[in-house]
Amino acid sequence: MAKKLTQPTRELVFGDLWEFDPAPESADPKLKKRYDLFINGSFVAPHSGKYFSTINPANETKIADIALADTQDVDSACAAAQRAFVSTWGRMPGKERGKYLYRIARLLQDRAREFAVAETMDGGKPIKESRDFDVPMAAAHFFYHAGWADKLEFLAPGRQIAPHGVVGQVIPWNFPLLMLAWKIAPAIAAGNCVVLKPAETTSITALKFGEICQEAGLPNGVVNIVSGAGETGAAVINHPLTTKVAFTGSTDVGKIIMRSLAGTEKKMTLELGGKAANIVFDDASLDQAVEGIVNGIFFNQGHVCCAGSRLLVQESVAEQVLAKLKRRIAVLRVGDPMDKNTDLGAINSREQLTKITELVKTGVAEGAEMHQSACRLPTKGFYFKPTLFSGVSMSHRIAREEIFGPVLSILTFRTLEEAVEKANNTAFGLSAGVWTDKGSRILKMSTLLKAGVVWANTYNKFDPASPFGGYKESGFGREGGKQGLLDYLKLI
Amino acid sequence: MSRLHITKTPKCYVGGAFIRSESARVAELHDSSGAFFANIPQCTRKDLRNAVEAAAKAGPGWAKRTAFNRGQILYRLAEMMEARGVELAEAIALGGSSKADASREVAASIERVVHYAGWTDKYEQILGSVNPVASAHFNFTVTEPMGIIGIIAPDDAPLLALLSLILPAITSGNSVVAVASTTQPYPSILLGEMLATSDLPGGVVNLLTGQRSEMLPTIATHEHLRALSGAVNAAERQELRLGAAESVKRVRLLKAEEPIDWFAYKMQGVEEIRALIEFKTTWHPIGA
Repeated sequence: MAKKLTQPTRELVFGDLWEFDPAPESADPKLKKRYDLFINGSFVAPHSGKYFSTINPANETKIADIALADTQDVDSACAAAQRAFVSTWGRMPGKERGKYLYRIARLLQDRAREFAVAETMDGGKPIKESRDFDVPMAAAHFFYHAGWADKLEFLAPGRQIAPHGVVGQVIPWNFPLLMLAWKIAPAIAAGNCVVLKPAETTSITALKFGEICQEAGLPNGVVNIVSGAGETGAAVINHPLTTKVAFTGSTDVGKIIMRSLAGTEKKMTLELGGKAANIVFDDASLDQAVEGIVNGIFFNQGHVCCAGSRLLVQESVAEQVLAKLKRRIAVLRVGDPMDKNTDLGAINSREQLTKITELVKTGVAEGAEMHQSACRLPTKGFYFKPTLFSGVSMSHRIAREEIFGPVLSILTFRTLEEAVEKANNTAFGLSAGVWTDKGSRILKMSTLLKAGVVWANTYNKFDPASPFGGYKESGFGREGGKQGLLDYLKLI
Repeated sequence: MSRLHITKTPKCYVGGAFIRSESARVAELHDSSGAFFANIPQCTRKDLRNAVEAAAKAGPGWAKRTAFNRGQILYRLAEMMEARGVELAEAIALGGSSKADASREVAASIERVVHYAGWTDKYEQILGSVNPVASAHFNFTVTEPMGIIGIIAPDDAPLLALLSLILPAITSGNSVVAVASTTQPYPSILLGEMLATSDLPGGVVNLLTGQRSEMLPTIATHEHLRALSGAVNAAERQELRLGAAESVKRVRLLKAEEPIDWFAYKMQGVEEIRALIEFKTTWHPIGA
């Protein structure tokens, strides 16, 4: 039992004495006023002539018009992919395919800052994250999978393998370019051709990626990008030419996809929602844990499927952890995503902001105690204060449903068994975190937790070599590593 | 003077015990000449739910057994089958197979058991990995059984197909609820008796006989079944997949309407095991 503190720890209080100077990133994102569909190696106007606006969620100003792909556009994209598969990509030796992926990785690195700024403008995430995480990690995924292209026979020892052909991919808005890389890199390394639909609110970096494909000299039709909303995604998923489908998004939509493909023999990989437990034992280094908890839930405004949204703290240190967390969120900088000092940027869309606001209201109504940072939010744009809920019980909606925002629900436990029981008591099973000083306890927890990824004394770490994906209703299949790559091949 | 032969009452192997269906229904089974052979239990969705419950009780203990122990138990099953090989062949021949074909199926089935007995302590080294991440973490991926697997055997190859579906599931520590061939159920009744004497904990494999069509809706939607594996026709595949969507079940179904060569080399092995496991990746810090 930790000794009860008789007086609060001394701390430096800056208050409003010193304001940070604005530090806006000023690189040119090289945006176009209008983005067309990327089909068969060219940018083409949508068949219907319809475009929709994409806005900057940080200030609600319009950035560009995005082409709306209908079923005819999806059809031409799938046909182009099929042609490319049959005529070039499917027959090309792996070592040649790999060289294109290496080129793509290098070109992404060359234009990294431009892509980071575009990503932040279109999606609202802090520039420090798009600059230091999303874009470099996207390039790393191409670099990693490039090297696999001529070594595929090592993935399934003793068996013959072959690419599926045309792969249909639908990705979410939380990591637009990175999710594209997670999907496209393994698919084309394995010899497939792809038709990818980016999320409606974040199409720009995906369509800019079309430019990279052109610069890399990638054969026409290997990568096709069709922008649009749910109907476009459904057309990609249900198109007869897409024999393999990969989707990242909500569990509800994942189930709809499973039903819509029930009568087909299409292969699927689904990476769906989560409600991860981040478990703090009393022997953990608490300051380190608090940093990890903050990173776990406030990274990318909490728009992360594997976010550590349920904090389980051992009872003896719960008060201390809550106090430290309150102090920590008070100094998180919320605001202009383009500012290099910003910790939390804009919520991706008004729709998502409404959803977060509603779930937070239920948290208060169901009796949990809310703690919010006193920060000032910009008057325009979509923002939400970093929010903690203490006194949460397992039956509360904020402990069961994915909020997908900067909202942390705090629960307590006494024994390891209780922590495991609470952590696993969910329909999801994507990820979990464990904070303890004891190595053997880390391994025991990792064994007992029903989750596809377990972070010990860290959180939200990703790597192209590390398989990612869930148990239970968090989906199936893996992305990354040799395990993820094999999902893009069929056994013959 | 000839003595009167004692006939056997076929019973299903569920939870380590031999049960009749709770419905008390049976269906007459005839041999290839059309003569009455025995009454086969017609299991229902209630029997299926009971079997899932039995599997849930046995599953965690089985998953915790060491890989070496699981291998020895599977090998023991092969020993039990070898000793009663003639009886198994006769059971298969009831469905009309020639004696030679029936014996060939028994031999292949036993070989398959031995094949998987050898995999229990090896597949992890093929499927798992240590991953070279670009940070100071020991990052490794291990496999875990999914839990309870629903298995739907085709009508053909009543012993070999059933075992080919069950074995990769239990090799990695899953437990199973299997629906045997509707038209040729008797080999599964004998298999139950051999499982019972193989040291396999009761409830790890549960075998049901009866009409597949009656049990299919419950197999499709039962939330405690984490995956479905089988060989079924197109309409059944759709029904199973629709039900599976409700709880994001893993589904792996072969086409029963096309000929399946259950004897083929590729019908066994580590990729069959891979289809019924989960991958778990752990990030463990390196350093103080």
